[in-house]
Amino acid sequence: MSGIEVNEYVTEDQPLTSMHHIISIHDLDRSQIDLILERAGQIMTEYAGKEPLKGKILGLLFFEPSTRTRMSFESAMLRLGGSCMNLGGVEVSSMAKGETLADTIRVVSGYADAIVLRHPRMGAARLASEFSSVPIINGGDGAGQHPSQTLIDLYTIRQSMPLDHINIGLIGDLMYGRTTHSLAYALTHYHATIHTIAPKGLGLPDSIRDNLLERGAEVIEHDSIEEIIHDLDVLYVTRLQRERFPDPAKFYDVSSSYRITPSLLSDVKDHLAILHPLPRVDEIDPMVDALPYARYFDQARNGVPVRMAMLTEVMI
Amino acid sequence: MTDEEPKRTLVISTIENGTVIDHITAGEALTVLRILGITGTTHECVSVATNVASLALVRKDVVKIENRELKAKEVDRIALVAPHATINIIRKFRVIEKKGVEIPPVLIGVLKCPNPCCITNTNEPIQSRFEMHRKKAVCSYCDAVISSDISSHII
Repeated sequence: MSGIEVNEYVTEDQPLTSMHHIISIHDLDRSQIDLILERAGQIMTEYAGKEPLKGKILGLLFFEPSTRTRMSFESAMLRLGGSCMNLGGVEVSSMAKGETLADTIRVVSGYADAIVLRHPRMGAARLASEFSSVPIINGGDGAGQHPSQTLIDLYTIRQSMPLDHINIGLIGDLMYGRTTHSLAYALTHYHATIHTIAPKGLGLPDSIRDNLLERGAEVIEHDSIEEIIHDLDVLYVTRLQRERFPDPAKFYDVSSSYRITPSLLSDVKDHLAILHPLPRVDEIDPMVDALPYARYFDQARNGVPVRMAMLTEVMI
Repeated sequence: MTDEEPKRTLVISTIENGTVIDHITAGEALTVLRILGITGTTHECVSVATNVASLALVRKDVVKIENRELKAKEVDRIALVAPHATINIIRKFRVIEKKGVEIPPVLIGVLKCPNPCCITNTNEPIQSRFEMHRKKAVCSYCDAVISSDISSHII
């Protein structure tokens, strides 16, 4: 695949070479997304019994707590025959001594063959790509980009249906939920119709909505999930955060009306796929887990093949 | 002493060599100087006129910088505060080049990102970078959008 985010630089041996980073879903066009998803679908069989990344080291620089992203990248690297190097705790790193991220990246890129970065500051991965001599994969930068999550979401949907022309419902906190923004953006490549269901004040930010409309997407707001659930192919659920509601009583009132229950799903399309980036709290009734529509645990499991595909993309 | 009327003169004198920035939006001359990096500690000989009568703008500001010919990259960012400004390059008292200004597609180190969580608002050794999309400035690092009053974000 040619270039995801390409930094071109000159070396003595080669007049011009290129290096791939995966920083933002915005950097990927449809063909690049499709290629990663296809590779993810074949990767377990393609590399069965092989160790394509043997001898390679992945640097995991996580400046924020993470369980799923860190472990699934680690699992992906180990399955490809490579090894991982962890930052350790931020409190014992040189960041605690005041070192800039730019310097940390310059140094660590001398130790590793690729770096997965999670950082609380938005744009940190973009900065890292400018100072690194090895590929950078964005493992989430604050409320900014988290491209591997979006690729996993797309991959999970694609396991159930073709991505083109789907009706997807985004429900929950759409104001601050970065996963919904990135997924909606990516789905504009596939001409999806985007239905939004959010409490007042937590709807899609105007800048995101305008961007989706400019890209030709159809975005439809709904007051309740009941009015659209029957037409949906995919329902993407996100967590309503208690801290967004000054009044706790209001939170309980609102969250109950955004809860996905078996009774809500009594008359939906057979192939409906319910996704959730996890962790969930109360937004999906555990009784839904047993229904064929529940795909969120598959979605979490898909983190490994999708991240394997991303690692091979930037390191082979 | 004579009865002769005092001679009407220009507010600021002409320059032999350098750049005249004309038709600056009234009141924005000092901002223009800041954008150009001209401060009290630089060596340019600079003349500034504010709220000068203008046929086209009613009132305008004018800046004259002696012995310095501004390059296109330098002047384009002026468009953020003075979209009607014209740049006149002067040699030996003659205007040898006259051009308008246009906001460049990428602004590096010009705007401060309004997002306090953006990596550019830290001690990292980078400059802010914004891309212009349909009169909106989009941060290349955090995707923050400045859609109005862009000039108030000039560093």
